[in-house]
Amino acid sequence: MTGPFDRRTLLHAALATAAACVLFPFVWIAFAAFKTQIALMMGQVLFTPTLANFRELLFSISSDYLSNFVNSLVVAGGSTIIVLVASTLAGYAIERMDCPRWAVHSFLLFAAVFNAIPAITMVGAWYVMARGAGLYNTYAGLILVHATLNLPIGIWLMANFIREVPRELEEAARIDGCGTFRLLRMVIVPIVMPGLAATAILVFIHSWNEFVVALSLSARQTATVPVAIAKYAQEHETKYGEMAAGAVLSVVPALLFLLVAQRHIVRGLTAGAVK
Amino acid sequence: MSRRRAERWLAMAPAAALFVAIALVPMIELAAMSMSRIEWRDAQAHWSFAGVTNYVRLARDDLFRAGVGNTIVFALGAVTAQMVLGFALALMTSKAIRGRVFYRTVFMLPILVPGIVIGAIWKLMYSFDFGILNQLLGALGLGPFDWLGNASTALAAVIVVDVWHWTPFVFLLLLAGLESLPQDIYEAAKVDGVTFWQELRYITLPLMLPLIVVTLVFRLLVAFKVFDEIYLLTAGGPGTATEVVSYTIYRRFFTEGQTGYGAAMSVVVLAALVVLFLAVSAATRRRGAAT
Repeated sequence: MTGPFDRRTLLHAALATAAACVLFPFVWIAFAAFKTQIALMMGQVLFTPTLANFRELLFSISSDYLSNFVNSLVVAGGSTIIVLVASTLAGYAIERMDCPRWAVHSFLLFAAVFNAIPAITMVGAWYVMARGAGLYNTYAGLILVHATLNLPIGIWLMANFIREVPRELEEAARIDGCGTFRLLRMVIVPIVMPGLAATAILVFIHSWNEFVVALSLSARQTATVPVAIAKYAQEHETKYGEMAAGAVLSVVPALLFLLVAQRHIVRGLTAGAVK
Repeated sequence: MSRRRAERWLAMAPAAALFVAIALVPMIELAAMSMSRIEWRDAQAHWSFAGVTNYVRLARDDLFRAGVGNTIVFALGAVTAQMVLGFALALMTSKAIRGRVFYRTVFMLPILVPGIVIGAIWKLMYSFDFGILNQLLGALGLGPFDWLGNASTALAAVIVVDVWHWTPFVFLLLLAGLESLPQDIYEAAKVDGVTFWQELRYITLPLMLPLIVVTLVFRLLVAFKVFDEIYLLTAGGPGTATEVVSYTIYRRFFTEGQTGYGAAMSVVVLAALVVLFLAVSAATRRRGAAT
């Protein structure tokens, strides 16, 4: 306990233990995905891996998992594009277009309040309105709601990134007779590209993971991956194998993002929270 | 100049339109629904005016009361544990350590996967018959315990899931804060020979307070939203042991089809959280202005 070496080892041990606590449950469900139902129920720690759960999940006629996956890609992709466009425009307007202060303030306050309230409190109204507008169980309905849910965070992030763009660049372009939207496209967007990427990844993951809205506004044809996993867990008898396999496949996008763009995610997550 | 003014509104238009159509109008719709009796016939909603009857019912709804109580216990319990654990871990790690990219990747994992997957993971771990927890305890001659099926452990069990889920995030945020603190103060303190606890009490905590408050508020707001894990793990049970308010809303609205009543419940929860949020942000802003 006296020398710096002992203290170091102690810290490392504590940190490694914490990391193990975080990782173990993931490893455990990944193992479960490769176990037979019997091996699972017997609680076997050593087992012969099988792909039966994945085969059942992907190719059985009673399973919709592949179309759930496609639905999730469409919904997350669609809402991400909407958020990127709307929040880049709004972020630029807030930062650089001399909007009246009261307008900016009330706009940002509304965004903050909307971001703070649970989606579940709004789901009833969305359901009734979607029913009335023919948007229930459509991609459009889900995409619009997911986009709006992520709009506050998108606007904060994009406004932050746009604030860092040097004004001189803009002024130079203005003098050359560049209009606002051309300026955005030719000057601002290329500079804030890393920020756009961070925002895109964050919004995509949020939408991909979102459950309660997807559960309430979709039926079989548009159900997303989390809804499918919940179905395996909720059926009269829990189908643990398929549930585990579905869960493993569902984290693939997040893992890919984590591997290729960890920096961006950290930046987005921390900026979004501290706001 | 007028062209720039037009462009300004044009740039705000998409975001504003979404906020109005998908946030503001539904809020008004919700208020209207809450004062109506709504029946579904032929996939059509039939409305009739109900005055405040939905709100009167709400005051006598035991399930709602249990939901509010459990939500508060859940949020306070989980967030307190996360803040303490996260801060302790961050303090330990703040003195530069190797393998930081690896640890950061690992600690980000829980917040990047769907809440439903978190639920699925712990449904396996907590399983009465074959969960790893009972297996390990069984090896010690204890149990088995029905973690999620027993009213005395169910709420604690879902709190543990939330602590596991979010402590890494608190850790990452606070670590970033600790690393950005001015180092010269610490060097001066070292020269003066302060102890670890003095350093923590008089230097680190005061400097970190703003970030700690922000993290705390953020975490509380997210904790009040808890739904996915409860839906998957306990569905509010056993009895009302893990009934949280978002699950009560879902149950009344979708499982039982009480559209108007569910809307009244939503309005009350929404209003309470908006008031709370505005009060807290006003308080922190005043504090920030004073110092």
